[in-house]
Amino acid sequence: MSKQQASRPLSPHLQVYKPQITSVSSILHRITGLLLSAFSLLWVSWLLAVYSSATTYDSFRQLLQSWPGKLLLLLAGWALFYHLMTGIRHMIWDSVHMLELDSAKRSGWVIVIGSLLLTGLAAGIWL
Amino acid sequence: MAEFTLPKNSRIRPGKTFKADADAARVKTFRIYRWDPDSGENPRVDSYEVDLDDCGPMVLDAIIHIKNQIDPTLTFRRSCREGICGSCAMNIAGTNTLACTRSISEYSGDIKIYPLPHMPVVKDLVPDLSNFYAQLESVQPWLQADSAVAPNRERLQSPEERKKLDGLYECILCACCSTSCPSYWWNSDRYLGPATLLQAYRWIADSRDEAKGARLDNLEDPFRVYRCHTIMNCTNACPKGLNPAKAIAEIKHELAHRQGVV
Repeated sequence: MSKQQASRPLSPHLQVYKPQITSVSSILHRITGLLLSAFSLLWVSWLLAVYSSATTYDSFRQLLQSWPGKLLLLLAGWALFYHLMTGIRHMIWDSVHMLELDSAKRSGWVIVIGSLLLTGLAAGIWL
Repeated sequence: MAEFTLPKNSRIRPGKTFKADADAARVKTFRIYRWDPDSGENPRVDSYEVDLDDCGPMVLDAIIHIKNQIDPTLTFRRSCREGICGSCAMNIAGTNTLACTRSISEYSGDIKIYPLPHMPVVKDLVPDLSNFYAQLESVQPWLQADSAVAPNRERLQSPEERKKLDGLYECILCACCSTSCPSYWWNSDRYLGPATLLQAYRWIADSRDEAKGARLDNLEDPFRVYRCHTIMNCTNACPKGLNPAKAIAEIKHELAHRQGVV
């Protein structure tokens, strides 16, 4: 690489690119995947609490029923529903369907709104 | 590797403002990325106030107006001014597009213009596309056939077979799609990017081509194709209304198909 080439600046990218429903729903798929990995620790500690003793389980349950605990469960539920729905969309995409721009945008909104509705529904039943 | 911030020599500092005449009635401000290779300074964003009564309707008209009337040092590529050469590809108001096919009136407020994203800048709005062209060359975008055909005849194709190339052959290689793709930003050394993959599929889909197997072999790689995560910035950006995301899905489908997966 010449000295001139080496001195060339990199043009701005993330800093200037406009977020779109397609790109936002894609990055949320990755973020919810990471969240689900993190929440699996919560799930394992819940199992450990079940296994250890009635009092440990009881205090764990109280922890989850506190406000921060409920918020954590809501987030976990949303991550699960969102990731599940985008996962199904990825399978549909892999069969070369729903890849037109309008259907990709529509499915993005369906997933964002649908995952929130399902989280609300699940919260209504279990929280 | 994904680097979310700009390197030190690429951070943008405030630039100059070029005011419109006091009697200008319809003033629009264009905020344009500038970098001068001779100055040794970091890039900056200059503001140009343009009187729209004195200028053509498209964004390219405004940039040409700025170069001719306000600041002759502004550097950019342009040629056909009708969306077929792909030279004036740039990032306008946050999306990659061609300056010549976008009307100024589409945009409210100041219009921000940057070079195609995550590319080495040669000067101002001119990016270095060497890697992009080298990648295109790597998929051998020409007809390959060993079978003999009479020298006085064409290689024939049915209308149905020809129809499969619609939405592929129209690509003008402006690089709007590839440089809109976050996967391409982070992995352009190994991921081929949407424009090159659309071209690769254009030859895979061509009934006259006889090198499909070799073409797929060349693409069967964790990085060359599979860094596509269907983010779809490419399809959103394409100024010709093509769908590179779908072409890449077709390639993935072909690769799975020949392994007996689908």
